Amino acid sequence: MALTVFMVVRLRNLFAVVMLGGIYSLLAASLLVVLDAVDVAFTEAAVGAGISTVLALGALSLTTSQENETRRNPLYTAMIGFVVLVTGAALVFGSLDMPHYGDPEAPVHRHVADRYIADGQRETGVPNIVTAVLASYRGFDTLGEVMVIFTAGIGVLLAFSAAKPSRGKMPDDGEEGGKP
Amino acid sequence: MSHHLVLRVIAKLLIPFIMLFALYVQFHGDYGPGGGFQAGVIFGSAFILYALVFGVEVACRVAPAWAVRSGIAFGALLYGVTGLVAMQKGGNYLDYSALSADPVAGQHLGILVIELGVGITVASVMIAIFFGFAGRGR
Repeated sequence: MALTVFMVVRLRNLFAVVMLGGIYSLLAASLLVVLDAVDVAFTEAAVGAGISTVLALGALSLTTSQENETRRNPLYTAMIGFVVLVTGAALVFGSLDMPHYGDPEAPVHRHVADRYIADGQRETGVPNIVTAVLASYRGFDTLGEVMVIFTAGIGVLLAFSAAKPSRGKMPDDGEEGGKP
Repeated sequence: MSHHLVLRVIAKLLIPFIMLFALYVQFHGDYGPGGGFQAGVIFGSAFILYALVFGVEVACRVAPAWAVRSGIAFGALLYGVTGLVAMQKGGNYLDYSALSADPVAGQHLGILVIELGVGITVASVMIAIFFGFAGRGR
């Protein structure tokens, strides 16, 4: 995965970058399978490796598939590097406090998880605990997620329909908005 | 891409199975991995594959813009209204136990319905975004 990210940063051919992004998502999905989180892995494989790649390719077909070479001020680059390093160090420092993977004493396992595992099937009749928590115990959260997707869809539709040429003269970018 | 015979035949063969798999993931989410989000994406990808192979115009005839748009709203509404029905039957908002005389059956029904709402919204949004992108290129 680190190699994929390195390649994504270095490569100038955006088509290859998109493909590597898909590979990265697939690797992430495999990692999640190893961690026994099949539901999340399923989502990652379908959304990250599938749909995002297709959408990125669609975006590429509207632009060029070659990234422009840009020369940046070395001081600017050094500043970016500094910010990235400090943020990364802060994140690593924060992760030192986190419980170890699989630690039964971790707060997340001592709160409500026990109750879900013990009573989930009896209360909801759904053998897949992930579905029971997602849809029933955390119904509000999932409603919020659906609203996020709803809003995103509306936003994309608006963004595309706002660029229609029927609304007066467009700046001559040579593009013609189609019906979504 | 309409002149690629192999692609067309394979896509035609695959699309029904992709949709069937999406429905399986949708309604089997209670028992195995999966649920509305994944099923919606898979169902949407069936349309995207169709649009890629046969062209966006043809796909727009299969899934007209108004149907996709109302699908986005309908899924979210279905979710919200399920919660209201539970309230109307004397429970809390989104408390599916009130949906049926037997709380467990009510939970099962509620989960099934809201997952369907999630699936419809996700699939419609995926199709809408793809058509939006693909429709701009021409």
